[in-house]
Amino acid sequence: MAHVAAVQPIRRLLIANRGEIARRIQRTAHEMGIDTVAVYADSDVSAPFVREADIAIALNGNIPAASYLDASKVLEACRRSGADAVHPGYGFLSENADFARSVVEAGLRWIGPTGEAIAAVGDKLAAKALMRELAVPTLPAIQVDDETDLAAAASEIGFPLLVKAAAGGGGRGMRIVQAGEDIAEAVSSARREALSAFGDATVFLERWLTKPRHVEVQILGDNHGNLVHLFERECSIQRRHQKIIEEAPSPAVDAALRARIGKAALTVARKIGYSSAGTVEFLLDGDDFWFLEVNTRLQVEHPVTEAVTGIDIVREQIRIAEGEPLGYSQEDLSLNGHAIEARLYAEDPVNDFLPAGGTVLEWQPDKSSGARFDSGIESGSEISVNFDPMIAKVIAAAPSRREAASRLARTLERTRLQGVTNNRDFLVAALRASAFLRGDTTTDFIERVGPGRKRVLTAIDLEDALIAATIYGQGRRRAKATVLRNIPTGWRNSLMPPQTSRFRIDDAEMRVDYRSRRDGAFDVNIGETSHVVRVFRQELDGVDIEIDGQRFSAAISQHGNRCLLHGPAGDVDLMEVPRFPTGALATVAGGLVAPMPGNVTSVRVATGDSVSPGQLVLTLEAMKMEHRIIAEKSGRVSRILVQPGDQVDNGALLAVLEEDEQ
Amino acid sequence: MAILESRLDVRSDAYRENRARMLDALAQLDALYGEAAQGGGEEAMARLRSRDKMPLRERISLVLDRDSPFLEISPLAAWRSNYAVGSGFIVGIGVIENTECLILGHDPSVRAGAFNQFNSKKLMRGLEIARENRLPYVQFVESAGADLRGEGGRSDPEASIRREITHFAESGRLFYEITELSKMRIPTISVVFGASTAGGAYQPGMSDYNIFIKGQSRVALGGPPLVKMATGEDADYEELAGADMHTRISGLGDYLAQDELDGIRMCREVVAHLNWRKHGPGPTMPADDPVYDPEELLGIVNENLRVPFDMREVVARVVDGSRFEEFKPLYGPTLITGWTSILGYPIGVLGNNGPLMSESSEKGAQFIQLCNQIDVPMMFLHNITGFIVGTDFEHQGITKHGSKMINAVANSTVPHISIIVGASYGAGNYGMSGRAYGTRFSYTWPTAKIAVMGPKQMAGVMTIVQRAAAERRGLEFDEEANERRAETAEFWAEERSKGLYATSRVADDGMIDPRDMRTVAAISLSACHSNKVEGTKEFGTWRM
Repeated sequence: MAHVAAVQPIRRLLIANRGEIARRIQRTAHEMGIDTVAVYADSDVSAPFVREADIAIALNGNIPAASYLDASKVLEACRRSGADAVHPGYGFLSENADFARSVVEAGLRWIGPTGEAIAAVGDKLAAKALMRELAVPTLPAIQVDDETDLAAAASEIGFPLLVKAAAGGGGRGMRIVQAGEDIAEAVSSARREALSAFGDATVFLERWLTKPRHVEVQILGDNHGNLVHLFERECSIQRRHQKIIEEAPSPAVDAALRARIGKAALTVARKIGYSSAGTVEFLLDGDDFWFLEVNTRLQVEHPVTEAVTGIDIVREQIRIAEGEPLGYSQEDLSLNGHAIEARLYAEDPVNDFLPAGGTVLEWQPDKSSGARFDSGIESGSEISVNFDPMIAKVIAAAPSRREAASRLARTLERTRLQGVTNNRDFLVAALRASAFLRGDTTTDFIERVGPGRKRVLTAIDLEDALIAATIYGQGRRRAKATVLRNIPTGWRNSLMPPQTSRFRIDDAEMRVDYRSRRDGAFDVNIGETSHVVRVFRQELDGVDIEIDGQRFSAAISQHGNRCLLHGPAGDVDLMEVPRFPTGALATVAGGLVAPMPGNVTSVRVATGDSVSPGQLVLTLEAMKMEHRIIAEKSGRVSRILVQPGDQVDNGALLAVLEEDEQ
Repeated sequence: MAILESRLDVRSDAYRENRARMLDALAQLDALYGEAAQGGGEEAMARLRSRDKMPLRERISLVLDRDSPFLEISPLAAWRSNYAVGSGFIVGIGVIENTECLILGHDPSVRAGAFNQFNSKKLMRGLEIARENRLPYVQFVESAGADLRGEGGRSDPEASIRREITHFAESGRLFYEITELSKMRIPTISVVFGASTAGGAYQPGMSDYNIFIKGQSRVALGGPPLVKMATGEDADYEELAGADMHTRISGLGDYLAQDELDGIRMCREVVAHLNWRKHGPGPTMPADDPVYDPEELLGIVNENLRVPFDMREVVARVVDGSRFEEFKPLYGPTLITGWTSILGYPIGVLGNNGPLMSESSEKGAQFIQLCNQIDVPMMFLHNITGFIVGTDFEHQGITKHGSKMINAVANSTVPHISIIVGASYGAGNYGMSGRAYGTRFSYTWPTAKIAVMGPKQMAGVMTIVQRAAAERRGLEFDEEANERRAETAEFWAEERSKGLYATSRVADDGMIDPRDMRTVAAISLSACHSNKVEGTKEFGTWRM
């Protein structure tokens, strides 16, 4: 009877996380008949995961430390919402043993392993010691502190080596060191980063394999001693030490190796009395593997395992926390087909993958190939600089790896994602690279294979986009006309110049001339080429047109001068050049001009200075009154053309500011 | 409302021939529009561009709302004259910031934008359109002033003087009319693109808003040569007349534009602030397309205008849903009358299906009264050889009844749109609200004819009259000489009766492609609705 009493259904689950993972957990919880509670930082107040939860509690903070990392705020949210369980997702408090214990002490269920199990492997050095005890291979590592003789430690391990935060994860606090002279700086910067990211400055040195694969084993354990693994995933393709493409199974693992590595993972899990879902990470080189770490939480890339095993890992986590036994054994599990996940990030592959914030103006997942989208955003979502700039995970499964790669690449190409700089083109190039298709995916993949970081449109795709945008703009203007709206577009009775649209794409300006024809079609000229364009549909959300007999539809939206198209060539962003330069006097971009003739009485900035909105740049005296010339936007002073005492004319250029890039 | 039933056989030889002829005529028009678009020719255009100046058509295109329509008025003025096709000025109705405006521009590539008798007439017509329809008036000024070369001076000054009937003392009415618009609360806007001296200075001088372009606008009562002649002063043109001077010192200029593009942008901004509201009720009916294809309009009219056609076939391809509520269909059938709408604008239609008889004239007069009673504009579709003549008809009172219709047309106050589809001869033209009858807009089909009477009839009438005169004086009538004279007279009468001649003399507002009739009528009606659309009960007395 004790066994039955142990099964206690969860009624209301608080998800101590945000974005896509909060939504993903909500989905399964709702399917299981469980209410969900969201907690949210200030900048997430409009996020879908907040709206879609049954109850949402504000954390009243914005940076991670004041919101999702603040255990006391999350526990208070549990109390207020009447939650009886907490799912931590990944990151934030998910591997915080103290928090796990506090949750249990507060009388709630913790969806994850026990605080003890977390603690046992949370310190990577302690975990390594444990592995040696269990005869699981590990890479040589030495913990360093202020007193450590770095040179000696480094030479013991050998170069290249990795400086790594003991409490870390997600690639933060990691540095690769190639030679002895860089070690001190690498250690001190890794310590600084570890301290700010994890509150613990402990780092260690570890041997760095130059061409390994990153292979990890998903494990599941219940509270009744049952333990299985859900096979391996490979996550070798990384940039800035963060995974961006993950797959299951690994193309480098055969059945024999799978059995060996799975057994090693289970050995570790059993030793620490693991329950719930977890991941044992290894580095793989040929048939050799080395233990890396245990992640005592749900992994970002768990969907690929779900796709090939048919098991909903979040459901299993909840069932386990409710006290249910797994109900199956290792022999019951099998691999079916192949799944690949790609992570869409708001980042700039051209600029070393630096995060790029901004507003996702258009987001429309492509559902045509049936891929899975785990995303926390919608059109209009702001990508906050305070949190991880991940936009979505896209997971494609297929009977074969090659098919899964094609399906995923096409899905990414067909997905509408506009407004923020993102890594989609790069992901597609990686998935279509022959090295990837061969399964030649070691951790140096990106440097070695060098997939294109930005797609270059073909001339035909560009022309199609220009024409579609032109027809769209024309239709939009006609729809908004308040007089003579029903007259044929651009109608003329005599011979007048054609209508013209001008667009900028990257740095090139393209001009499209067009005339409407009596039959409703358009004659369109771009440079030397002429086209006949028939229009089947023109609405505010896009067009359906035929260019010289080739028909296509494009979804289009206009945001100021930005014209965002989504058609057969995927996303194309065009910037329409206005007919008239804006502002009569501001003929120089960022130029500050005299509003009236006068004398310059003071200049308050110097060339190169940064200015903020509202900052006084200089003063003019005219009509015995002082006029303050202020900066409207933040930027840098690139030129000053006047000095005190100068007499200036109305409209004279006084200074030029370079606007800060978004 | 009933939908008209068409009996047009588009497979008939007649239809095919008619259509082929019409397409020929349209091709000729296209060539002439091409010639007009060349302005003063390629060389003059190149010179303009080399000075960073835009051709007039580009300036106008830029001031218009993108993709909005532009109806050019009398685009073929001065065809078959000593001046460039188009006359050197462009007049048209266009949309600026969602406001329908009358736009006039001097083409600097045609004799430096100077005035001549054709473009003066066109300009006055433009002012009339602005006044009658209450359209804000926008003018792009760049003019050398009066063309001092005139038409004379080339061969025989004496002959030229003998031909002339106009005199300087009659000129300058345009300035009167510009300020009259202003008084009528119709704003007037000038953008001065170049020289505008002497009389031309009053074009901006009389305008409500003046936009001058830096380094380009030159406005003065006298340019440096005249100043030198008048006072001996050596004036610097820029200091005397420049944009900078006028916007800072004289105050004649209200806005200083940096360049042409900037000036056009400012013009749009001025129109945007006019707070313009149309006074007419606007469209009130469904605006569905005609049931029949407007393309078929090309095959209805025979080149030989004696071949009759049913004007309902035209109506069926122009009006909304081809609907037509016919009034008095059984009475006076040579004039069809009825109510319908064009792009939602309710309209009364009068169309000729034969000569105007006593009954049809009476019917027309009654219909005109009814349209005035309910404030509905009218469209007159001409195919009229005239009022019927003959003893019996005079006994019936055809002159009396015809006068009644002309009386109704003349005193009617709802807008009239007159379209010459086939023929328009003699007093029939007056009864059908011809050009001289306060018609708001008048257009001509490419194959149409318009004259006092048919050329053959005219030659015949002259022969009869001259033979009678010879008999009276007891002289022998030279049949052979008369035949030659009659032939020549008929030839020139024929040439002068062509629609293209009427359009070139600014005797209409332009030729229209029959397929554009619906669009042209709708733009015209929309312009009419910028003003009040109001009928009258007051007509002259007429004999019952």
